[in-house]
Amino acid sequence: MIATKNLTKRYGEKLAVDDLTFTVSPGEVLGFLGANGAGKSTTMRMITGYLPPSSGSVKVDGFDIVEQPIPAKAKIGYLPEAAPSYSDMTVLSFLKFSAQLRGLSGGEIKQAIRRVVDLTFLDSVLGQDIETLSKGYKHRTCLAQSLIHDPEILILDEPTDGLDPNQKHEVRQLIKRMGETKTIIFSTHILEEVEAVCSRAIIIDRGNIVANGTPAELKATAEAAGSVIMSLRPPQGMDAQSLAQQVAARPGVLRSEILVEDGARLVLLARPDKSRAQAGFSGSLAEWAVTQHLGLEDIRVEEGRLDDVFRALTVTDAASQQAKQQAATEAAAEGAQA
Amino acid sequence: MNAVAPTPASTGRRVSAVSGIVTIAKRELAAYFDAPIAYVFIVIFLLLAGFFTFTFGQFFERGEASLVSFFSWHPWLYLFLVPAVGMRLWAEERRLGTMELLMTMPIAPWQAIIGKYLASWIFIGIALLLTFPLIITVNWLGHPDNGVIIAGYIGSLFMAGAYLAIASMTSALSRNQVVSFVLAVMACLILVMVGFDPVTTLLARWLSPAAVEAIASFSVMTHFDGVTKGVLDFKDVVYFASVIGFGLFTTGVIIRSQRA
Repeated sequence: MIATKNLTKRYGEKLAVDDLTFTVSPGEVLGFLGANGAGKSTTMRMITGYLPPSSGSVKVDGFDIVEQPIPAKAKIGYLPEAAPSYSDMTVLSFLKFSAQLRGLSGGEIKQAIRRVVDLTFLDSVLGQDIETLSKGYKHRTCLAQSLIHDPEILILDEPTDGLDPNQKHEVRQLIKRMGETKTIIFSTHILEEVEAVCSRAIIIDRGNIVANGTPAELKATAEAAGSVIMSLRPPQGMDAQSLAQQVAARPGVLRSEILVEDGARLVLLARPDKSRAQAGFSGSLAEWAVTQHLGLEDIRVEEGRLDDVFRALTVTDAASQQAKQQAATEAAAEGAQA
Repeated sequence: MNAVAPTPASTGRRVSAVSGIVTIAKRELAAYFDAPIAYVFIVIFLLLAGFFTFTFGQFFERGEASLVSFFSWHPWLYLFLVPAVGMRLWAEERRLGTMELLMTMPIAPWQAIIGKYLASWIFIGIALLLTFPLIITVNWLGHPDNGVIIAGYIGSLFMAGAYLAIASMTSALSRNQVVSFVLAVMACLILVMVGFDPVTTLLARWLSPAAVEAIASFSVMTHFDGVTKGVLDFKDVVYFASVIGFGLFTTGVIIRSQRA
């Protein structure tokens, strides 16, 4: 169990992490989402005790990471962002070293190494110097290190970065499986990963939590979520525009759009008015289309996409640049008018 | 992938302070000997030690069975060689990013600092021990006081330790080993120079004898002088131990401040 309270990190004037409060319980896999520089890594570094918070606290199974760092750190397995390791060591000696620092001894070390090597498929490179390995192997070596003491808590900073698609899949499966009993926080900017692995996701932007919920809940907040898409084959002579207007006039519909219009086929999108309850929204539309003999072929409800939510909630560098430029040109225009 | 099998190695295990230090030291020492540079270093150390002893030190011309000509060059010999050994200690850790791993392991930072320091000290100790043919030589040529020689070795090792603690400190300052090397050489050079006779004579022109003596008391030269003659004074041991303590403590402060 990890509990952060008002966790804040300041670098001089810059606020890297701003007042984060959240908890993660055993059996939960928390996905940490955010643009580059949003404060994901800084937050993870504070949780693992690498960086001291400017204010606020982190409790790891009840141990405060600043007050009682040793018992707190003992419970955590950590994969830092760049997956560092001692390049002059072999994979085997590096894992042995990690196991010893984790307090394992003798036979336990052998067993632990066997276990993590199987989990991360390092068998073929055990005797090799880490510096001779490819990026994927280096990454997995550091991942193996984080699992060596079978920790209750795992903090993984971009665990699938630099892996090939098969390896990505394997690591996701591994995280998902371990997440059944452990407390896991992992960061990523691959959104499909969040849907595949997480039981909960937090989106942070410029140090703030802007969304916190299950992937399904987050998707539901997408603008397009809940929209109904109907494929129709309306009788001859019916005008697409007027049909769209009729749809827009149905109760609960905010507005409608024509998505496709080719010959006899017409695809319409009806966006619900989210301010009102929408039970049976798609059903009533379907009923209406059938009674109007519009040739309803297909109807489905849009789930919403995580990317849309992500993009709506986080500000990209390009967007903030654009906003700045726009403000500047507006100011210039005003100046010219005056 | 296999199922995550429960292991007897339950989580939350603590490492004792000593085994933490030993684990770190063993890894560090292995890292020294894994690199060919270690053997190059030892060879250079032995060549230079021999060169100084037999040429400038006038080992034979002295006509006495002692290693004074060997030890008296150590403050200068160590000036470059010890920073070369110590420069990687923390700079490498920062360059590789393994600092983040080390500092999130369930050990206290001071254990890592001492473990790494001990490894480099042992390395220099090994290099120093390899000068044993000199002991055999003087014993074969005459009848030296071997107690004096042993005191000299112990004193020399202490001095190397003091230099090394300073190198550990400067190594924590930069991720660039060359920068940390240069800083360590400069710091050690100051410690040598303030007690070096030509410098103290120069200082005596402007300062009172008491002031010159006070400044010189900070120098390794002042404290190593007795050692070369076989006098391992408690005062001198305290001096070297304080430099070591200061260097390692400051290493800790620097590492801490970098994480903040």
